[in-house]
Amino acid sequence: MTDTATQPRSYEPGNHPDLPPPLLTSGPLAWVKHNLFGSPLNIALTVISLYLLYLIVPGLLNWAIFDAVINAGSREECKAIAAGACWALPAIRFDQFLYGFYPDHLHWRINLTAVLFFLALLPVLWDNAPFRKQWLIYSCIFPVIAFFLVVGGLGMEEVETTKIGGFALNVIIGVTGIVASLPLGILLALGRRSQMPIVRTLCVMFIEFIRGVPLITLLFVASTMLNYFLPPGTTFDLILRVLIMVTLFSSAYIAEVVRGGLQAIPKGQLEAADAMGLRYWQSMRLIVLPQALKISIPGIVNTFVGLFKDTTLVVIIGLTDVLGVGRASLSDSKWQGLPEEVYVFTAILFFVCCFSMARYSTYLEKKLHTGHKR
Amino acid sequence: MSKLKVLLAASALTVVGAAGANAATLDDIKAKGFVQCGVSTGVPGFSFTDDAGNWQGFDPAVCQGVAAAIFGDTSKVKYTPTTGKTRFTALASGEIDMLARNTTWTLSRDADLGFTFVGVNYYDGQGFMVPKALGVTSAKQLDGASVCIQTGTTTELNLADYFRLNNMSYEPVPIETNEEARTNYLAGRCDVYTTDASGLAASRAAFDNAADHIILPEIISKEPLGPLVREGDEPWGDVVRWTLNAMITAEEYGVNSSNVDDMVANSDNPEIRRLLGVEGNVGEMLGLDAKWGYNVIKQVGNYGEVFEKYIGSNTPIGLERGINAQYKDGGLIYSPPIR
Repeated sequence: MTDTATQPRSYEPGNHPDLPPPLLTSGPLAWVKHNLFGSPLNIALTVISLYLLYLIVPGLLNWAIFDAVINAGSREECKAIAAGACWALPAIRFDQFLYGFYPDHLHWRINLTAVLFFLALLPVLWDNAPFRKQWLIYSCIFPVIAFFLVVGGLGMEEVETTKIGGFALNVIIGVTGIVASLPLGILLALGRRSQMPIVRTLCVMFIEFIRGVPLITLLFVASTMLNYFLPPGTTFDLILRVLIMVTLFSSAYIAEVVRGGLQAIPKGQLEAADAMGLRYWQSMRLIVLPQALKISIPGIVNTFVGLFKDTTLVVIIGLTDVLGVGRASLSDSKWQGLPEEVYVFTAILFFVCCFSMARYSTYLEKKLHTGHKR
Repeated sequence: MSKLKVLLAASALTVVGAAGANAATLDDIKAKGFVQCGVSTGVPGFSFTDDAGNWQGFDPAVCQGVAAAIFGDTSKVKYTPTTGKTRFTALASGEIDMLARNTTWTLSRDADLGFTFVGVNYYDGQGFMVPKALGVTSAKQLDGASVCIQTGTTTELNLADYFRLNNMSYEPVPIETNEEARTNYLAGRCDVYTTDASGLAASRAAFDNAADHIILPEIISKEPLGPLVREGDEPWGDVVRWTLNAMITAEEYGVNSSNVDDMVANSDNPEIRRLLGVEGNVGEMLGLDAKWGYNVIKQVGNYGEVFEKYIGSNTPIGLERGINAQYKDGGLIYSPPIR
């Protein structure tokens, strides 16, 4: 062999073992170099971010996990054990936070409704499901089943709607609003683009009126004004009134989102449908809406996530949703002074639900991404 | 679409007859088997849910007393949590039969809104809380202070009146809820926190170092809090009024939930005997069972017991009786005679 110090390194023909790539061009170190320390600005941002994390994370972990107490009977007991978060309140009142005042021995009915809801959702979300047609029939009658399961009747013990509360109430309002407002919103969007002047004017008036009014105003109308409008001696169920208002509210937003999608469809598509002899509803159902809805997915999911979080506004009209339960719990002198724990717990509940919705929408966009990939 | 149909069907199903604003509330209540009672959505000590999810507190105790008087069973109450904005409509529309929600008795609410306040179960007033480190001992020294104040309440108006009257200026720090006030005040974003004195005491009780904060001696407003009913149905108002009075009278004569059986058997005092239904027919006059007073005392307790149980000096709320003592002890709590 020649002296390697003076000669350029060269290999003779034949078999040689594969050498690993240089350390800084691949693998985790390269990633770090490239992404975290790529330029002076990058280095500065990384250092600042690390410093901020160093300031926040240890304190947060100490508060939320290491110094936290979960087994205690009151705030005093919590503070006597450790200085961190007192998760004993959401732990002891877990059922209350989830079900409100729904009778303990009937919680299974809410749980069953939730399970049945996911079963009803499956064929809608999963288009290769076996027996999808039959399954979809079940999905269509699910709302009836859910109504009787939650409220009772048909031989089951009846539960007043005022007993429904906690996170279950948020989910019921949110899901009903979401499920009912989508078809209503699509109809409104079609109506707004309709050639028929009366239909169009009515749709525009409805959408603009509802969009011009805050949700909380509609909830106040539901809770207080309707009592004055209705003849004396009749009263709607408050939760039902809220459901209707929430549905109307979100359908106006959905209508505008869907209209955006409709406008993105080239006119040629509709003309082609006309040329093939399709009627209005056929061309809408088979050609225009599938494309328009696909474009609208991010907007629709955005509206739904917003609507779901807006359900907490019902606390202002005195319904005991998850925040209402939190407020009533914090007024118990045993637990007073733990707002952080209650709100963090509530935030986690909502985050799990909203994040799932967002992930599903991402999946759906990817799946339907045919022909527009860049 | 199917969901929509269900909604419509459900709306048809749930249009049910309500008590409405008709005259015979008491008969309606007896027929339906429970009292529909409006409470607040949460005021420490006054109205809250316990770990089992039942409404408890100084205000729900009045509802329980009324249920005990009518049915002899404190559990026959259905609670409707009401906010400051929904409480009056709920009562006026007949959604609830009575409101026990630390509501201040004012002329306009009595005359203009069409309600009848049946009595006062807590005499409150607006006060100030400051950190001890501020070195302030009187509200007159608060010139130029920043004040945490709940917006849209009578406390806001009282505060403006008080500072104007004393030629002082202040900087309002608007807040929405009790918890928000607590956070802002403890973080030092305002020097002073003002609300009803009972609320101040309750907030302070939950501070980590309560001794570092003082409540100034000045009380700048009158806030008589009490239960109320719709105007125009006197027999029903009487039931609520005299239930509250029975609790007050019981304390005056030393009748409480533990000695009430003994009193029924052995007391010679005609006032006590009338209250407990041993003699006379006051229950019948109210349209109630003769044992109504006994049931209230036995199952809910007298005024003092309820006070001590929920907001008294042995609770974390730690309120002194003060002007809410019996008139014999120098307070304002006074019941007309039961005869």
